[in-house]
Amino acid sequence: MTDLIDQKQAALAAIDASTSIDALEEQRVAALGKKGWVSLALKTLGQMSPEERKEAAPAIQAVRGEVAGAIDAKKAELEAAALEAQLASETIDLTLPAPDQPKGSIHPVSQVMDELAEIFADLGFSVATGPEIEDDWHNFTALNMDESHPARAMHDTFYFPDKAADGAASSSEAVGQQKRMLLRTHTSPVQIRSMKDEGAPVRLIAPGRVYRSDSDATHTPMFHQVEGLVVDEDIHLGHLKWTLETFFKAFFEREDIVLRLRPSYFPFTEPSVEVDVGYSNEGAGKEGGRRVVGGHGDAPGHDWMELGGSGMVNRRVLEFAGIDADKYQGFAFGLGIDRIAMLKYGMNDLRAFFDGDPRWLNHYGFSPYDQPTLSAGVGVRP
Amino acid sequence: MKFSLTWLKDHLQTEASLQEITDALNAIGLEVEGVEDPSELLAGFRVAHVLTAEKHPDADKLQVLSVDTGEGDPVQVVCGAPNARAGMKGVLGLPGAVVPSNGMELRKAAIRGVESTGMMCSARELDLGEDHDGIIELPEDASVGHSFADYQGSSPIIDVAITPNRPDCMGVYGIARDLAAAGLGTLKPIAVPTFEASGACPIQISTDDAEGCPAFYGRVIKGVKNGPSPDWMQQRLKSAGQKPISLLVDLTNYLMLAFGRPSHVYDLAKLQGSITARRAKAGEELAALNEKTYNLDETMTAIADEAKVLGIGGIMGGAETGVSDETTDVLLEIAYFDPAATGITGRKLGLATDARTRFERGVDPEFLGQGLDLLTGLITELAGGTPSEVVQAGSPPSEAKVVAFDTGLTKRLGGVDVSDEEQRAILTKLGFEVASDWQVTCPLRRNDIEGPADLVEEVVRIHGLDKVESVPLPRLDGVARPTATPMQKMERKLRRAAAGAGLNEAITWSFISEEEAALVGGGEWSLDNPISEDMKVMRPSLLPGLLSSAQRSFDRGLSSVRLFELGRRYLKDGEHPSLVAVLAGDKTPRGWANGKAQSFDAYDAKAMCLTLLEAAGAPVGKLQVMGDAGDLYHPGQSATLRLGPKNQLASFGMIHPTLLKQFGIDVPVAALGIHLDAIPAKKTGKGAVSFARPSFTPPALQAVTRDFAFLVPADLAAEELLKSVRGSDKVNITAARVFDVFTGEGVPEGQKSIAIEVTLQPQEKSFKDKDLKAIADTVVAAAAKLGAELRG
Repeated sequence: MTDLIDQKQAALAAIDASTSIDALEEQRVAALGKKGWVSLALKTLGQMSPEERKEAAPAIQAVRGEVAGAIDAKKAELEAAALEAQLASETIDLTLPAPDQPKGSIHPVSQVMDELAEIFADLGFSVATGPEIEDDWHNFTALNMDESHPARAMHDTFYFPDKAADGAASSSEAVGQQKRMLLRTHTSPVQIRSMKDEGAPVRLIAPGRVYRSDSDATHTPMFHQVEGLVVDEDIHLGHLKWTLETFFKAFFEREDIVLRLRPSYFPFTEPSVEVDVGYSNEGAGKEGGRRVVGGHGDAPGHDWMELGGSGMVNRRVLEFAGIDADKYQGFAFGLGIDRIAMLKYGMNDLRAFFDGDPRWLNHYGFSPYDQPTLSAGVGVRP
Repeated sequence: MKFSLTWLKDHLQTEASLQEITDALNAIGLEVEGVEDPSELLAGFRVAHVLTAEKHPDADKLQVLSVDTGEGDPVQVVCGAPNARAGMKGVLGLPGAVVPSNGMELRKAAIRGVESTGMMCSARELDLGEDHDGIIELPEDASVGHSFADYQGSSPIIDVAITPNRPDCMGVYGIARDLAAAGLGTLKPIAVPTFEASGACPIQISTDDAEGCPAFYGRVIKGVKNGPSPDWMQQRLKSAGQKPISLLVDLTNYLMLAFGRPSHVYDLAKLQGSITARRAKAGEELAALNEKTYNLDETMTAIADEAKVLGIGGIMGGAETGVSDETTDVLLEIAYFDPAATGITGRKLGLATDARTRFERGVDPEFLGQGLDLLTGLITELAGGTPSEVVQAGSPPSEAKVVAFDTGLTKRLGGVDVSDEEQRAILTKLGFEVASDWQVTCPLRRNDIEGPADLVEEVVRIHGLDKVESVPLPRLDGVARPTATPMQKMERKLRRAAAGAGLNEAITWSFISEEEAALVGGGEWSLDNPISEDMKVMRPSLLPGLLSSAQRSFDRGLSSVRLFELGRRYLKDGEHPSLVAVLAGDKTPRGWANGKAQSFDAYDAKAMCLTLLEAAGAPVGKLQVMGDAGDLYHPGQSATLRLGPKNQLASFGMIHPTLLKQFGIDVPVAALGIHLDAIPAKKTGKGAVSFARPSFTPPALQAVTRDFAFLVPADLAAEELLKSVRGSDKVNITAARVFDVFTGEGVPEGQKSIAIEVTLQPQEKSFKDKDLKAIADTVVAAAAKLGAELRG
């Protein structure tokens, strides 16, 4: 028995001194392997008398348990050390750049169009579209601008060659003229098309590209407009004012929007109203100074800025669109999308909108995950 | 239209301030575009007295003046003007004053070592004329110390935008009338002068064109003396932006600016025989006052004598018969030209004049006689001469429009309560005659009035649009209803999916150059009047715009461009919504981990294309990859995605190097194009049921995979093999994908090796070895039909 104790002490010391899993395994085999001294000791039990065995068995089993426990403990210790060493060897420099994940962007005009759709959906307006290559009738005549109308001169219109003039002798000159194709100068022809298709009552906005032969620092030959149209039985100027106020408050997310309505003239509305909004100049005169919408235009440091045209739909327009003008009336408005986008998000050069410069698009564009919603607020702050 | 406050007050008796007047103009629809106040412009300039003038010690041409400014001690001013001398009175700009002609702020400064406090000014420096030979000399009695603006009596100038429906406000008098109606004062009656007419008009006047020129009034004045206009007249014209020319011409302009009434003065000596307003004959020409020659046609109204055309009716007179300094006898013309006809002629000739603007919008048909008398009075007063009697050929429109008005409409349309009395007062002040039964007779000058809505506008604009209160639109119960159409939803998803995949959304011009259009197959829609040759043809494809953007980006030094645009292309049959994306330059830049920069390839375009099609709701699993992506693409590295042979949804691949070269791009570009309107709409039902998906429970048993390597003909499309493998056992095979393609050692010439991993999904019970063998045999047999041979 003393031998066994000695052997145990020696084994425990050897186990403790093991520095590798392999060395430890040698110790395990030497002690607990088939021919290990613990196994041999256990085999001796068979030759013992029951009394002897009763005495010796627990002692041998205890030695076995002690040695096995020590091996397991040492093994865990060695494995932990090995893992630690391995991990330490795997250290990398995480200040090195990770692969770029290219970031895309939504163009401000698209973003603002989505904002418009969201806000106006809440007011019950659907979104209508129409052709950009339009005929003279829808762009002018049906909007109460017949051929000789002086207001046509206010629209620098892009025309396509007069196909009717080339052949078709049968069509009279007037009919030919009405079919002459042009690039729509405003989104108002969508009013006519929608009313012809859907009849009254109607609530819609029609955003889209429009074209005028005009190019300078603040004008581009292509730009974006949104038309608004409400036709019902008892719609008046007060509703127009509320609608625009409500829209601008939601769009700019501020309550201090003040609108000024001014009499104006558009052939397709009567009465016609120009809409101004009060604003102040933040950092005026300095670089980066910009207009900030809000406040009363007559207040100190404030002024008025023209935002768009509007008015009560001219009776003749309703008639052209096949609406019973004795029963229905309504209002229409037109706003520059690029312009309100610039006011809200601070771009200062309209021409950059259409350049496709990735640097500009990354700076002024929007994350695809910023889909405008009413619950999150339609605007996106930098 | 511009006019001075003084001029306005000729016609409007008012105590209102400038601010009140401009506010009122805006409020009634005569938009103020600007106000120039010369007293602000000339702030800091005052009448000063030169006490002494000494030679500058260090400069020959300069003098040192001692100038009395009217307050405190005299100041010392260095001056280079030859006419500066002791005793004279002139205009001194003090430090802080801003010189109107150049915007420079005056400062106290030393000039050649002598201190100078301000500057004595020339007329040109103060923007008062061209004279720069010396400083302004004021008369003896000019009171020293007075502000020069006050001394000069300069009056603020108001610039008003007149909308095309208000030709009656294209003269100061009409503006005064509107302001008076708005309560800003009282309209002064027009003082029509009286004079002795001596004898009948010596020249015959007639109109043969009752449509184009229904009325032509005229009169001769003999013995006039032309020359420059008096200063006050010149100043008024200048304030209105009209250049003074000569007294007689200036007076016609004055009549036009004051009353919106164009007129014309002919040199009688240059006329031959009688004068007629008639249709021009084809081929007739006129050398007009603007020194250009115009070809007339038979739709145009001409004024002619017996030998030649004298003028284009309502638009411009001829150079030959105009007045000069030698003119002594004149014929005055006051006519009524038809608005529509004048507009058409003007547009045809491309000739915009002040007269045309007024005639085409409609001048007051009731103002011919009065206008002629006013002009006669001005001429005889300022240029002398003896007027003849008036000849009136034809007659202007005289039928007044009568509108049955319902005052309740003001509330119903305008949304504002205005009492009947006020409505009546407003209309009356504007010149409408309101009968007791509200039959409203419109003044002839208001040809813009079509019906009751126009009268509502008159009432509301004078009453005040600011009094219209906001009234909420009625709202439906509950939350807002969805409004987007399927196409709108698809567009929104596509945009955000493309941006989510790392692309920048661009918006490029709808029009491109003819050359660019030709490169992509030519455009159907070419503008008649493009703004430039670069913007001439409506794009048949979005690619040129994006390639141009990419090219500009590379020129700016960018190395990677990922752009897309969602917009319309314009084809013969209409406008088609499309999405085009370009992946140009580096896909990944050179890096510490991956080494060299990598370019985009056709598979990048394919992956992007499929991602976007899936986002758009296209049945991606059913799409076939087919060839024929067209000339824009690399013939061997491009394809189309179709649903059946006829319905092409998209194309993708590498852009043809020749096309890239033409756009000035020297890196490979991968691209894709999706035709939104070719994507079949999903069938959608209504209500909750339509949201439910087909029921599905993930299979309980584990799927197994088996690999097959086939030797196939080198030109066999991998997709063919996959399709036939998938199709060989539609129940058990749930997926098959290529994991290796190999040619080279061990693969015979003309063949390639394609390795496929097939996923088998057991349904009710696990596969046994014999099941797997049977499936494998089926797969191999199916592949064999394509000439594929299982590799040993």
